Amino acid sequence: MKSVYTWSAILAIVFASVVGDVLLARAMKQVGDVGALRRRVGVIAVIGRTLGNPNFLFGVTAMAVAFFSLLFALSWGDVSLVAPAAASLTFIGNAVAAKFFLHERVDRRRWIAASLVAAGVALLAG
Amino acid sequence: MFAAAGDSMLSHGMKQTGSISVDHLQGVILAILNPWVAIGILLLLGFFATYMTALSWADLTYVLPATSLGYVLLALVAKFVLHEQVSPMRWLGIALITGGVGFIAGGPELTKQGHASDAGETAAAMTTAAKAPLRAKDARNGAPSGVEP
Repeated sequence: MKSVYTWSAILAIVFASVVGDVLLARAMKQVGDVGALRRRVGVIAVIGRTLGNPNFLFGVTAMAVAFFSLLFALSWGDVSLVAPAAASLTFIGNAVAAKFFLHERVDRRRWIAASLVAAGVALLAG
Repeated sequence: MFAAAGDSMLSHGMKQTGSISVDHLQGVILAILNPWVAIGILLLLGFFATYMTALSWADLTYVLPATSLGYVLLALVAKFVLHEQVSPMRWLGIALITGGVGFIAGGPELTKQGHASDAGETAAAMTTAAKAPLRAKDARNGAPSGVEP
């Protein structure tokens, strides 16, 4: 029963952080090249534009949800399970989400990279 | 130039995540009572700002694996600064991450895509750039393809 709780919390972490990452990436694509923008309108304006972007705000909210899900997961399960499982599943989930929601061209090279990194993170965090 | 700036930004952010996690090793409760937590929050903000900057230049599927080098950095810090034992499994993990990041950073087409300044350009660069290496790979594998760019 406890493992059901743990795994649903892990899935909640993965879901929330994937949503957060996708929203943040979309927000920054809308804001545009930060370097060029800074030279044109200044740092304050860049920060203002970023903070005022609705996608950014929702993304940060999703990240906060992911963080609290992590706290829940840690209260139910071991760190040695929760940390690697959540981290590596997030990489895979992000690759899928970036393909479908950001329309990024996720080619074979990127799939392999995402899987390698996910496996590596699982080993490291474990 | 942009690539160099982006790389330095990323490594900057990665170092910051590294040190934050090192703080966490001392115990979360200790860290909360500790003045280090202020520094940690500042570093986290710095990491977040550089992460967002990187996201404005490159794809999520490019930035995310690249930031995972932070894990590698963390393990190396643990090994050489804290003199912790790093097990063979962890070395394997480090190798896998490094390999994955090398894989994604390998092609010049990806940096070009990172340079595109707005969403439209990025999308356009993405489709043209992503096709090229696939074609090249097919050609290398001996597949009959007459569409060398």
